[in-house]
Amino acid sequence: MDPVDIGLWGVPLAILAGAIRVSTPFLFVSLGECLTERSGRINLGLEGTLIFGAMSGYAVAYETGSPFLGVGAAALAGVVFGLVHGWICKFKGVNDIAIGIALMLLGTGLAFFFGKPYIQPVAPKLPSISLGGWSDVPQVQSALQVNVLFLVGAILAVFLWWMFRSTRVGLVIRVVGDSTDAARAMGLNADRVRLLSTAAGGAFAGVAGAYLSLYYPGSWNEGISSGQGLMAVALVIFARWNPINCFWAALLFGGAGALGPALQSVGVTQGYYLFFAAPYVLTLGLLIATSSPERAMQGAPAELSITK
Amino acid sequence: MTDFSAISRRRFLGSSAALAGATAMGGVLGAGSALAQTPLTVGFIYVGPKGDFGYNQAHAEGAAAVKAMPGVTVLEEENVPESVDVKNTMESMINFDSATLIFPTSFGYFNPHILELAPKFPNVRFQHAGGLWTPDNPANIGSYFGYIGMGQYLNGVAAGHASVTKKIGFVAAKPIPQVVNNINSFLLGARSVDPSITCQVIFTGEWSLAVKEAEATNALCDQGCDVITCHVDGPKVVCETAAGRGAFVCGYHADQTALAGDKYLTGAEWNWARVYTGMIETVQSGGTIDNFVRGGLAENFIKMSPLGPAVSDAGRAQFEATKAEIMAGGFAAYKGPLKDNTGAEVVPAGGSLIETDVAIESIGYLVEGVIGSTS
Amino acid sequence: MANVEQPVAHPSGASTISVLMPRAEGLVIPFAALLAGSLAFSLFLLLVGKSPVTFFGLVWMAGFSTAFSWQNTLSQVAPLLFAALCVALPARLGLVVIGGEGAIVLGGLAAGVAGTQATGWPPAAGLGFMALCAMALGVGWIASIGALRIKRGVNETIASLLMAYIAIALFNHLVEGPFRDPASLNKPSTLPLTEGLRIGEMPLISAHWGVLVGILACIACWVLIERTTLGFAARIAGDNLRAAQVQGLPVGRLVVGFTALGGAFAGLAGFFEVAAVHGSANGSLIAGYGYTGILVAFLARHNPLAIIPVAILLGGFAASSGLIQRRMDLPDATILVFQGMIFVAILLSETVYGRFKIFTPAYWEVR
Repeated sequence: MDPVDIGLWGVPLAILAGAIRVSTPFLFVSLGECLTERSGRINLGLEGTLIFGAMSGYAVAYETGSPFLGVGAAALAGVVFGLVHGWICKFKGVNDIAIGIALMLLGTGLAFFFGKPYIQPVAPKLPSISLGGWSDVPQVQSALQVNVLFLVGAILAVFLWWMFRSTRVGLVIRVVGDSTDAARAMGLNADRVRLLSTAAGGAFAGVAGAYLSLYYPGSWNEGISSGQGLMAVALVIFARWNPINCFWAALLFGGAGALGPALQSVGVTQGYYLFFAAPYVLTLGLLIATSSPERAMQGAPAELSITK
Repeated sequence: MTDFSAISRRRFLGSSAALAGATAMGGVLGAGSALAQTPLTVGFIYVGPKGDFGYNQAHAEGAAAVKAMPGVTVLEEENVPESVDVKNTMESMINFDSATLIFPTSFGYFNPHILELAPKFPNVRFQHAGGLWTPDNPANIGSYFGYIGMGQYLNGVAAGHASVTKKIGFVAAKPIPQVVNNINSFLLGARSVDPSITCQVIFTGEWSLAVKEAEATNALCDQGCDVITCHVDGPKVVCETAAGRGAFVCGYHADQTALAGDKYLTGAEWNWARVYTGMIETVQSGGTIDNFVRGGLAENFIKMSPLGPAVSDAGRAQFEATKAEIMAGGFAAYKGPLKDNTGAEVVPAGGSLIETDVAIESIGYLVEGVIGSTS
Repeated sequence: MANVEQPVAHPSGASTISVLMPRAEGLVIPFAALLAGSLAFSLFLLLVGKSPVTFFGLVWMAGFSTAFSWQNTLSQVAPLLFAALCVALPARLGLVVIGGEGAIVLGGLAAGVAGTQATGWPPAAGLGFMALCAMALGVGWIASIGALRIKRGVNETIASLLMAYIAIALFNHLVEGPFRDPASLNKPSTLPLTEGLRIGEMPLISAHWGVLVGILACIACWVLIERTTLGFAARIAGDNLRAAQVQGLPVGRLVVGFTALGGAFAGLAGFFEVAAVHGSANGSLIAGYGYTGILVAFLARHNPLAIIPVAILLGGFAASSGLIQRRMDLPDATILVFQGMIFVAILLSETVYGRFKIFTPAYWEVR
């Protein structure tokens, strides 16, 4: 297949392709965090879960030869971290944000500790689906190589939105997140609901890590995450605890991240550090523009420690 | 690279001393002969993980070769930042493990950390990778580096023969002279095959940043670059991403054949095993290492990865011929008349910069044909 | 402990022990948690086939046993003290600011650039100017996060995180562009500081003056919070920001003031890194002290006095990391795992405060 000279079209194409390639980890972590926060807890430690997921996913994929088993292992590791967070936070007086930071450290440390032997080997990668067959342009075909996990994430966003809106499980999580007392009055065990929500959130973050190490960029090393897990937690607040918004926020962040390299590739080369900061500047700008003192925490679960 | 190993250590030390010219002052390794009798403790310090398929791995392979030598104890520490940490690490190796020869292998370790520590420990030798030593620095500091730009020139020759689109790509960390020289050399090598070739460069701004390196590689492929090389600490992500997009790959730092398979053309590698074992032999035999040591292909400081199956016969022939020219010494990648990519003349007609020219060590311009900017 | 053995009658009728024991709770519980975390980590070491005895022996040896160990430990402490204050001060008002790293690197840049302007000045004036510039930038960076929270309701945790990334990008752009010393070829830096503008080591201990300034800053912050009306107002507001607003406390000014103070300290951390360690502003400033500071502050329960021992402890752990790599053939991440376990244990111990009768005055008065 001969490359076609696409010139400046490379920029929007790169943003589109970047949005699809880079956004998936943000999408999974933010959906997981959204679920956890809707139940009234913050798990700031998903960055550690993501890194451990990346390592364990890569290791299992390498040892078994199956990238899907790797994703499963990463999800399982995420569940374990989620359960630890959820269990510790049920004790009175324990600060969930601080525990999150501690688990971020522990997850990162354990991932680096056990990950040393897996920096060198090459594990099998997750396959992708070609959605660009209609185009003759190889760059478009390449941009539309979509990983299954991206599609799963998109469906998951819609599913969670529907779940919160229309199902009993969703209602239970929302009630627990909005008022422990009301939940108790309804005979709900708030701690258990939060434990399970945090565990599920951890599983999502683990999958996000597996996407990094098994698909894009597709390699395990100690610099694999550049803070995706931490940023995704921020995106949830930005997305106002709405799973559909999480999807758009992740796409926006991924696309903005592709801007810097794409601009350089078409010759806009001055001040690339500033272009690389585009996702952060854009998010901060939108955050400031959409916030106001009156509705600062609109949509926020009332039990969340940051809203109190 | 067995065909070059016949060159004796004497030749390698002698020629590097000659190359270093006037700056090569005889260093003093305190109590050198006493060291030869007692077991030697050598410390290696890396800025990143030892298995990064790149810069740190190249040094760690050198350390592994030293480890196999008799009478030497090797200490290693990885992931040591260029902060007060490295000073502490060096001092800890000296105080707790009695290290007398230390190889702090990252560029940023030199100033201020090695410079501050060296006067405190006159009996310890600090061998810094980077070629920064000047005669007014303490005599127990040594500096060494290789002319790896020549390796990127050879990469360029292989790339020039493999490229169909006549566009080749370079993923670079930061626009510092060493990186800029590699970019220029890569393009000039390719242009020695076909003067119409251009090289697109993308700076990631960091020595190690996996996702950005992958994005940069994809952006280069989108613009039609069909041979990609890089200068980042760990080339693993660039190699795998480029090969995955169907582009050819030229390696850097270490051998990445295992990562890119048939897409791997060749690569510019460090040969630290040869350099380090030579230095240890010097110390063990009671000699002193020169303060300023540099070398290229001929001196076994660098080597090329074995050529991949995708290199054509014509490419192979020109690659070997160019390599022979470089081995002979005095090779110039920069030959006048040469302009930079803003149109200003940088090398006048008839002029040239040979591999050992000090002007290359402060080079700040990208030559004509490189698409990109250093700021 | 002599006082404990011979209880003296307190004017109000309570014995000394009934006053001391409740205070001891704040010491005994963290130490017990430290021990529990160390036990958990020992188990981990045994599982991977390494000796906990060797490990703790090496931590002691490398971090605390000799003069060199202490020098190594203290060399890390100064930036941690300042970075922790940048977290702890806003935290007393209930704000979680996690972006101190941004203010540290920008403060360092400001100090480096100011230093090039102050060449030839008397050292005291030059250093003062550099410190002021560093603090000013730190104040601007972190206080604007506080102001955004108050004026527009922007969540300070995200804002500070985003601004840390932006600060680092800005720093890299400026150091490698406009402020770059053309002679700094392969490691882009600002112009090197002249000898007079470098901060040296303190007498007797080989640690730079930043450690002392940091300790004094911690003490001053403790006095501010525990012994002044301003600090009292802050503590009230920290318990419940909205209730404090309803009560008419100047919450807005408190938030901006405390974030500004935190930012000033973060800027000072950058100043000391440049003036005492690096000699110019360059990429080595981005060393993650801002993030380790979060850890220190939370471990110290945002108590400025407790920050001092916690920072020294973490400095000692960091100092031993190398020796553990070399002697035990363990990866460098071992210390991260150890810190993580201790951190979890100490946070978990929060739940046992007030559960032991032995720490209540009543327990002792009954006797």
